[in-house]
Amino acid sequence: MTSLLIRNASVLGGEVRDLAIADGRFVEVEALADPGRVIDAEGLIALPGFVDLHTHLREPGREDAETVLTGSQSAARGGYTAVHAMANTAPVADTAGVVEQVWNLGREAGWTEVVPIGAVTVGQQGEQLAELGAMARSAADVRIFSDDGHCVADPLLMRRALEYVKTFDGIIAQHSQEPRLTEGAQMNEGIVSSELGLPGWPAVAEEAIIARDILLAEHVGSRLHVCHLSTRGSVELVRWAKSRGVAVTAEVTPHHLMLTDELVRSYDPLYKVNPPLRTRADVDAVRAGLADGTIDVIGTDHAPHTAEHKCCEWTAAAMGMVGMETALAIVVEAMRDHDFGWSDVARVMSSRPAEISGLPEQGSLAPGRGANLVLVDPDAAVRVDPNEHATLGRNNPFAGFEVSTRIVHTVLYGHQVVADGSLTTAHPITEGGSWIV
Amino acid sequence: MRHLLSTTDLTRDDAVDLLDVAEEMAQVSEREVKKLPVLRGRTVVNLFFEDSTRTRLSFEAAAKRLSADVINFSAKGSSVSKGESLQDTMQTLAAMGADAVVVRHAGSGTPHRLATSGWIDVPILNAGDGTHEHPTQALLDSFTLRRVRGGLPASGPAEGARGTDLAGSTVAIVGDILHSRVARSNVHLLNTLGAQVVLIGPPTLMPWGVEEWPAEVFYDYDDALAAHEFDAVMMLRVQLERMHQSFFPNPREYTRLWGLTPQRYRALPGHTAIMHPGPMNRGFEICAEAADSPRAVVLSQVANGVAVRMAALYRLLMGTESEGRS
Ligand SMILES: [Zn+2]
Repeated sequence: MTSLLIRNASVLGGEVRDLAIADGRFVEVEALADPGRVIDAEGLIALPGFVDLHTHLREPGREDAETVLTGSQSAARGGYTAVHAMANTAPVADTAGVVEQVWNLGREAGWTEVVPIGAVTVGQQGEQLAELGAMARSAADVRIFSDDGHCVADPLLMRRALEYVKTFDGIIAQHSQEPRLTEGAQMNEGIVSSELGLPGWPAVAEEAIIARDILLAEHVGSRLHVCHLSTRGSVELVRWAKSRGVAVTAEVTPHHLMLTDELVRSYDPLYKVNPPLRTRADVDAVRAGLADGTIDVIGTDHAPHTAEHKCCEWTAAAMGMVGMETALAIVVEAMRDHDFGWSDVARVMSSRPAEISGLPEQGSLAPGRGANLVLVDPDAAVRVDPNEHATLGRNNPFAGFEVSTRIVHTVLYGHQVVADGSLTTAHPITEGGSWIV
Repeated sequence: MRHLLSTTDLTRDDAVDLLDVAEEMAQVSEREVKKLPVLRGRTVVNLFFEDSTRTRLSFEAAAKRLSADVINFSAKGSSVSKGESLQDTMQTLAAMGADAVVVRHAGSGTPHRLATSGWIDVPILNAGDGTHEHPTQALLDSFTLRRVRGGLPASGPAEGARGTDLAGSTVAIVGDILHSRVARSNVHLLNTLGAQVVLIGPPTLMPWGVEEWPAEVFYDYDDALAAHEFDAVMMLRVQLERMHQSFFPNPREYTRLWGLTPQRYRALPGHTAIMHPGPMNRGFEICAEAADSPRAVVLSQVANGVAVRMAALYRLLMGTESEGRS
């Protein structure tokens, strides 16, 4: 029996007490016969380990940009004890074989729980359904399906997908982008794009798909997850859908909570991302939506790219930003002016995403649940330096930001994978077996 | 002036100074020996990622009249099209001793990126980037306008324009504003020089948020002609690829509503100059009668292009007099 005692942590930023872990689960402190290892958490906030519904780990296919191993290490350092790997790999994760491969790579890495997302359509081509049932029944136990990077634009196909995944209580995570309205798009359509002469990606291209999908989900009684919503109108649509009782959940990225299209004036491809950075009014709206619960979760949309794809002219550059190692710090900075405490952080970064994905061992500090935990220093003084990050991607738009929050320790199913900000050793699952010994 | 990337970077005094230097350069073009020795030993690279023989020749003539060595680097068919990165290309040009790079690129912002990336540390001159800007085109347009406004010959050597701006003039820019780098550069520069700008075109070819621009906007050409006595009407070229993208129903209707037809041409005041950045689609955005009329200054615009580009290269490579003294 391995055990771990966390001493004097401020649990969810409140009561200071001890947390006890035995054999990969939280237990009552009184039940811990032998304290074993002890972590002194004086001055630190204890939160359930973060769960990211939206990452791109790039393996298989683009191991030069990221691997499941480096992405998992990045996740651990960002406080993530579970990350969902998007399906836009090469080959696309549209079969049981590929999702099991990614799932196995995650276990072989052992730095975070890697949960594969399956493609909705074959090859993400938007033409016919992928083998959703086979992926759901595979060892990877896929529940979230997404063509992320592409929109399931065909309304009939979207309807079928929403209906079909009810078989196994699945969920469709939509990348909401009307393709015809965004042909050749390079940035948010607005005052800035007009001045810069870059083809615009209008808010309506996102909102039109969200509105349609909400109505479809309501009609067929299915679950819809809206990936990385980015506009004020999208927040209003989701708020309206929830008021009608539609089973819709929504996600926002740290960068859409913080950055605006004014940054594109630099023509630095670091700021090129899909959906694009929007306006100040949109940033204010997504913050308000996150604060009032309209937006359920933070999803990083961690999207590493090699230098060649970013060290070029704007129009040739790839879209995407990395973000797992800065997510918490940016969310805290972005929400500073809102009534948004540590329990809210735990809700949007851990318990709610775990609930959406159906991960019972994640998202809670309660005795009996998986011992997934992050200890946070809320009064650090950190200058973001992407060169210090574990991800292979250097395309972090927050380089140079001064932030006040630091991930100190990460505990993954009772095993400390990060100590004092540095990676320690992987979880023993790398030797086989399961997360909870 | 470190680079010439956008006309937004030019103050009124910068712009008037460039136009005045161009006046000096226009004198050279009438000499028996059309050369000044000022850039002898300097190398100007014309880096054209997008075909434009006219603009390249104009820059080449400008550099050569200043005695610079010119390297023409056409990216089509070169290593660039085989996957060489922009970074490698620029570092190669730097190693070859380029003193200035004139760049034309289909992607908006590429000259800006070259100027700020640190790949090369020489002046960058934007010769047209995507649908963003084409600052020397706007400068040659203002040069021409300044001449016309002063009752001077539209091109060639002349006295009397120096030191003046375009205050009090009204200029129409007509057509595909959305995709026009010429329009963007002109809107900024004409405003800087004190002119009033009127944009005319179909709503589908206006940039989103154009109502925030420092210009009056008309969708109806005839309403605009009734409302203003234009000093110049600048007709923009409509690219062929726009014809089948539903920006307008068909070329016939475009010409009827936004073309400079004989009827519209004849209705213009006698002093209105007809401008076009070329090449013209005769019979489409501009009728032959207007294009061939004495009020058309299209060829003067071309001639002035060389003088203005000489001025820009001169200022970028030699600095201003005050910089020279310090
Ligand atoms: Zn996406």
